[in-house]
Amino acid sequence: MPSVISVQNLSKTYASGLKALDDVSLEIERGEILALLGPNGAGKTTLISIICGIVTKSSGSVTVDGHDNVTDFRAARKLIGLVPQELHLSIFETVWDTVAFSRNLYGRETNAAYLEELLKKLSLWDKKDQKIMALSGGMKRRLLIAKALAHEPRILFLDEPTAGVDVALRQDLWNVVRALRDTGVTIILTTHYIEEAEDLADRVGVINQGKLILIEDKKALMRKMGQKRLTLELAKPLAKLPKALARNGLALLDGGRELHYSYDVRSSKDSIAKLLADLAKANVTFNDLHTEQSSLEDIFLGLVKQ
Amino acid sequence: MNWLSAQTIFMAEMNRFFRTIGQSLISPVISTVLYFVVFGAAIGKQINHIEGISYGAFIVPGLIMLALLTQSVSNASFGIYFPRFSGTIYEYLAAPISALEMIVGFVGAAAAKSIIIGLVILATSWFFVPLEIRHPFWMIAFLLLTAITFSLLGFIIGLWADGFEKLQIIPLLIITPLTFLGGSFYSIKVLPPFWHTLSLFNPVVYLVSGFRWSFNEVADVNIAWSLGATGLFLVLCLGIVTWIFKTGYRLKN
Ligand SMILES: Nc1ncnc2c1ncn2[C@@H]1O[C@H](COP(=O)(O)OP(=O)(O)OP(=O)(O)O)[C@@H](O)[C@H]1O
Ligand SMILES: [Mg+2]
Repeated sequence: MPSVISVQNLSKTYASGLKALDDVSLEIERGEILALLGPNGAGKTTLISIICGIVTKSSGSVTVDGHDNVTDFRAARKLIGLVPQELHLSIFETVWDTVAFSRNLYGRETNAAYLEELLKKLSLWDKKDQKIMALSGGMKRRLLIAKALAHEPRILFLDEPTAGVDVALRQDLWNVVRALRDTGVTIILTTHYIEEAEDLADRVGVINQGKLILIEDKKALMRKMGQKRLTLELAKPLAKLPKALARNGLALLDGGRELHYSYDVRSSKDSIAKLLADLAKANVTFNDLHTEQSSLEDIFLGLVKQ
Repeated sequence: MNWLSAQTIFMAEMNRFFRTIGQSLISPVISTVLYFVVFGAAIGKQINHIEGISYGAFIVPGLIMLALLTQSVSNASFGIYFPRFSGTIYEYLAAPISALEMIVGFVGAAAAKSIIIGLVILATSWFFVPLEIRHPFWMIAFLLLTAITFSLLGFIIGLWADGFEKLQIIPLLIITPLTFLGGSFYSIKVLPPFWHTLSLFNPVVYLVSGFRWSFNEVADVNIAWSLGATGLFLVLCLGIVTWIFKTGYRLKN
């Protein structure tokens, strides 16, 4: 099946002369959860805003389910729901009015049953007659999500949806996101909480200084890019590392009781075997061993630093 | 054209107006009463009839026009500036709607509000002077045309402004002087030739004159000129708004 959103050679230079996006190409697959990571100012919001029609592109093209997002914007935008990064809400309106407004604005008649279900799902039903100014920050964030879903979009953009949402609610939110994905909605989210991407996403994209520097299946990424660390608990402490064992990534720790060996799964497939052989030759024995895989966060920091 | 979307914007704007209907109506009504007290009763007594009608009756169309222009401009400019300022504009920009739906919604609502205010002022005037409206059709036509044209102008100002000061400065520096100098309270025929000719460059003259003609057939300029000039101004404003949406100027980065 062709991808649901196709971004081709997209660039954006703001009026200030700042190049926020630099030749970004990206295929978003139907029904996936794609997490976009990147440091502040990387261009994540700019990319989302261009796809949604809020910011004009400088060059390149975007199609949404085959519809060009500029020349055929009605068809393209009907499919999309957007939760912006900032809490932009008309504070004098009530919760119910504002979600009904969102639905009607997209040309769909109010469907009271659907909106009720939506507000209940986002724990906002008991607030439905309250003015928005009386909501807390986390409630406003959830209300933005309700507004974005009011017209039943097939694609949902979430720009930092969990900023300012407490831990319990964050879990609830991710359950909502998973449930949506299970109904076939494609979800693109940005976040600075890397555990979230690790937890939730099918694929991860990393943007840095306007460039998409990586987009990969999350598991493959962690497997491929991951640094692993082997820890050996020695039977007898060593005063210092024997010369015969010396190699990159090997260190003696914990007063000589532990050997730590960091290695890259990609580059050296037989490095563990070699190390173990050398240990046997040097007569170093150990009681236990375990390995740790580095997290997405480590990978991410490694990429962005380069 | 997606009518439901346009209607949604229109109703959201109107609801804002109805939520504060008291405030929205009280100030134009009070200032109208004051104008009548000052110009109609106090000064008007010293002024001879103008072209056969009392001064009080003469200024009614001018007063309504004054309110219509200032209210149209301020309602429409605020209506679109506020979502830009607060950021809620994102929802309109991301929605599957075109410039047309936004204009119908925002400008239509601003025009509707100022027409309501205009009619309330008309009703208030009835307490002070006997009025006759000889051409009700044309009166309504001028009311609509003016409200729509100046709401479009306000919409443009609201799109252009990048601060609350700019939002107020155009009405203050341009609309109010043009209205006061546009024959709202006097016939431009009484002006010396130079000022009379200069006044003919003031678009408000044509509006007030046409509007007044629909009441009592007293006009400073030919009714056809009035219609033509108003229509021209409408087309000009429409052109500018269309250009703004085409280029995304001040709407999209
Ligand atoms: N309206 C604008 N005018 C000029 N420059 C802008 C504008 N909006 C964003 N930028 C610049 O474009 C770059 C990318 O911004 P963007 O908001 O896309 O980053 P981001 O990845 O979403 O960052 P964050 O994680 O902080 O939200 C930044 O350098 C920012 O300063
Ligand atoms: Mg951002």
